[in-house]
Amino acid sequence: MTSTIDDSDKEKALSVSVDLNNDTSLLIDIPDALCERDKVKFTVHTKTTLSSFQKPDFSVPRQHEDFIWLHDALVETEDYAGLIIPPAPPKPDFESPREKMHKLGEGEATMTKEEYTKMKQELEAEYLAVFKKTVQVHEVFLQRLSSHPILSKDRNFQIFLEYDQDLSVRRKNAKETFGSFFKNMVKSADEVIISGIKEVDDFFEQEKTFLLDYSSKIKDSTARAEKMTRSHKNVADDYIHISSTLNSLSVDDNTKVEGRVASDQELKLTELLRYYMRDIQAAKDLLYRRARTLADYENSNKALDKARLKSKAVAAAEEQQQQCLQRFNKLSESGKRELTSFKGRRVVAFRKNLIEMAELEIKHAKVGQTGDSLSFYLFLYFILGQKFTYAKLTVSLNSLENSRK
Amino acid sequence: MAAEMEPPPLGDAGQTDFREIEDGEGFFVSTVTTLESPEPSSPDPPSMPAEGISTNGPKQEDISLDDDPEDLFAEATEEVSLDSPEREPILSDGPSPAITPVTPTAMLTPRMGLGTAEMFERSLDEIEEDDSGDTFDMHIAVSDPEKVGTFNTVLMYSYIKTSMTIFSKNETTVRRRFSDFLGLHSKLASRYLHIGYIVPPAPEKSIVGMTKVKVGKEDLSSAEFVEKRRSALERYLMRTVKHPILLKDPDVMMFLESSELPRAVSTQALSGAGILRMVNKAADAVNKMTIKMNESDAWFEEKHQQFENLDLQLRKLHASVECLVCHRKELSVNTASFAKSAAMLGNSEDHTALSRALSQLAEVEEKIDQLHQDQAYADFYLFSELLGDYVRLITAVKGVFDHRMKTWSKWQDTQLLLQKKREAESKLQFANKPDKLQQAQDEIKELEGKVQQGEKDFELISKTIRKEVSRFEKERVKDFKVVIIKYLESLVQTQQQLIKYWEAFLPEAKAIA
Repeated sequence: MTSTIDDSDKEKALSVSVDLNNDTSLLIDIPDALCERDKVKFTVHTKTTLSSFQKPDFSVPRQHEDFIWLHDALVETEDYAGLIIPPAPPKPDFESPREKMHKLGEGEATMTKEEYTKMKQELEAEYLAVFKKTVQVHEVFLQRLSSHPILSKDRNFQIFLEYDQDLSVRRKNAKETFGSFFKNMVKSADEVIISGIKEVDDFFEQEKTFLLDYSSKIKDSTARAEKMTRSHKNVADDYIHISSTLNSLSVDDNTKVEGRVASDQELKLTELLRYYMRDIQAAKDLLYRRARTLADYENSNKALDKARLKSKAVAAAEEQQQQCLQRFNKLSESGKRELTSFKGRRVVAFRKNLIEMAELEIKHAKVGQTGDSLSFYLFLYFILGQKFTYAKLTVSLNSLENSRK
Repeated sequence: MAAEMEPPPLGDAGQTDFREIEDGEGFFVSTVTTLESPEPSSPDPPSMPAEGISTNGPKQEDISLDDDPEDLFAEATEEVSLDSPEREPILSDGPSPAITPVTPTAMLTPRMGLGTAEMFERSLDEIEEDDSGDTFDMHIAVSDPEKVGTFNTVLMYSYIKTSMTIFSKNETTVRRRFSDFLGLHSKLASRYLHIGYIVPPAPEKSIVGMTKVKVGKEDLSSAEFVEKRRSALERYLMRTVKHPILLKDPDVMMFLESSELPRAVSTQALSGAGILRMVNKAADAVNKMTIKMNESDAWFEEKHQQFENLDLQLRKLHASVECLVCHRKELSVNTASFAKSAAMLGNSEDHTALSRALSQLAEVEEKIDQLHQDQAYADFYLFSELLGDYVRLITAVKGVFDHRMKTWSKWQDTQLLLQKKREAESKLQFANKPDKLQQAQDEIKELEGKVQQGEKDFELISKTIRKEVSRFEKERVKDFKVVIIKYLESLVQTQQQLIKYWEAFLPEAKAIA
């Protein structure tokens, strides 16, 4: 059992942009999604060879809340306490492009038609990027579940995939939501207490230190990466304004390049960091759960000692202690597995993303060169009017480009 | 000889259009050498005046690099401006005054300065002026902003110029205050604007900036302010002297040559003269609205429109570019902060290859941040300032057009007056009042003369404006072309660097096992 898990773990190579594992018995993807104002409707498509499903190939419409329900259901399942539950996909956030679109609409009067169209295009591209991102994130969530040997067999998961009617009847009502909020608060308080517990296992001690530290660092990096890409976007927007001021003569390859660098970087680096920020939280949750069982075990030990002292209800206490020990061991064992595979996953994902990001940067920088010269060439034409000696400037620009290549 | 002076790295190189640029370290040029003993009087070409030897010994010598390339004597550019009351405080001022050693013309000292500014400077070489018989071979550098005075710390600027045959010496260095520049401009404006010459506008006063400087805040923003002002002054002077008529103006000559200028007090913002100026400006604006000119010349109509358009476009562009500069600076700051946190992340990563890759990423981002900074600098000094200058120049051009309108209106008014007087005269002829008649006839003669003069004035100003505008256009083309190419080069360079950095990073990322 252990060996097969290790194998499939290695082959998982899950990254933010997901690769499917080799096991094709359950393939899930989100082929399309519809965006209606605030709500996004995902079409979850499943292809399976497993007999546990009614049909081999089917699709269902799902909303974001359904994903959250599924995630919470998994988290609350006792049996999965020793597993890293894949983090829930974040809520689709169209706030930023929507706000910008609004501002753009307000400022329409002050811009030339062309500038307006270009800004609108940029915004639409941004909107699209957000949209793609959210689809991807939801997809990844499901795919991680489907490739997990234990989680993929979860009943709720099956229902999620198959149930062809609205899931809302099963979703949390308001009271429950509040309840879970409260639970989260208690959990973080517990976390503080539990991090003080003496760890018996070196592996877990190390993991705990590492994860705590890494988690805060990655949060920090994510925030800064987001700031950086936002600034980059501002610069790109400025290029749009500048180039559009050049009357009808301007062609802005330049702006597209700059804009796209920002949004692709967004998709690559920031997404990577964001995803792992959540994943690390999930790993921390695992540690927490295990630490809780350790605490329980220690408590049960104390209870047993007390019972022995008083010679009362010893058998029950022993039973309890055994149970606790069992749970603790189970969690430790599966926890170890999960954490090791998590590390492997993380390294692979980072590698893939960093490579892609670097390649993209290079590609865009190369395009940017020619784009820049083109737009400024036309700028000069405009600003100098007829006095401008066309030929001379072309020559000098060409020599610039040639000297570069 | 050079060995005596131990030239510090910031050297004034052979090309006299090199100027020292503040590194933002402080206002005292970092080429400070301690003066042990006064420099012996140099065997310089006798045309160099000794500017006066102060008691502490800093020598003031002008150097003609053209004549005597072997001469390595330091050129003391902190020459005391001979406003005597300020002399003592200068000498007792803290660090010793700046000395700029001169290296032989053949050798260009490596500059700590900024590449883009250098390029800009060099591009001003060999600008041919079509009108004048001389080859226009004038270089002006404004450099060494330096604080002098204890209470009213004032920034002094100096500049160097070379080789124009109409000037008595090949090169001089003088120190000027900011208000001197403003004074020069106001003199030129009052003399030339109303007859149709486009006088380049002087850089603006900035109370906030100057206060910071005076208070002694030696931080980045005040250093930037100084640099901005310095380069603005330089461009201003270059534009002024490129104008063939303005160059011959005695005030300009005096400004460039004489070591001492009467203090220009009327340039202070809140002075009586300043207020008067503001009132006049308001009156002008009102007048402009009331004058309805019969434009007979289509050329003027067209040009006027053209300049209005250009004005709008340039203003818009300028605003956008300023935005760009701001955002790029922000980008650089954010990139730097991300680099730091990526480094920390790399440190806490326990997988060694990944950790190394992350640290590499941090380094790359740091370098990119520097790149962004440099690009922002170029954005600003090349592009944005140029646009700002032209926005102001176009205001001057429009002013000239307005003056033409005023001239026309004056002429018309005189004509109307003449008409009325003639009518009055003919009435008087019937009324038989001989002395009044005589008076009227005298007045008429006078007015006729005035009308003629008015017409001549109007034609003259129209002609002048035509010439000026065509010169302006030519200059504009040259200016923009030069600057745009430079800016383009800088952009391209940035991209190239980016490519290099990322290509260096890529194998690291691939090496993650």
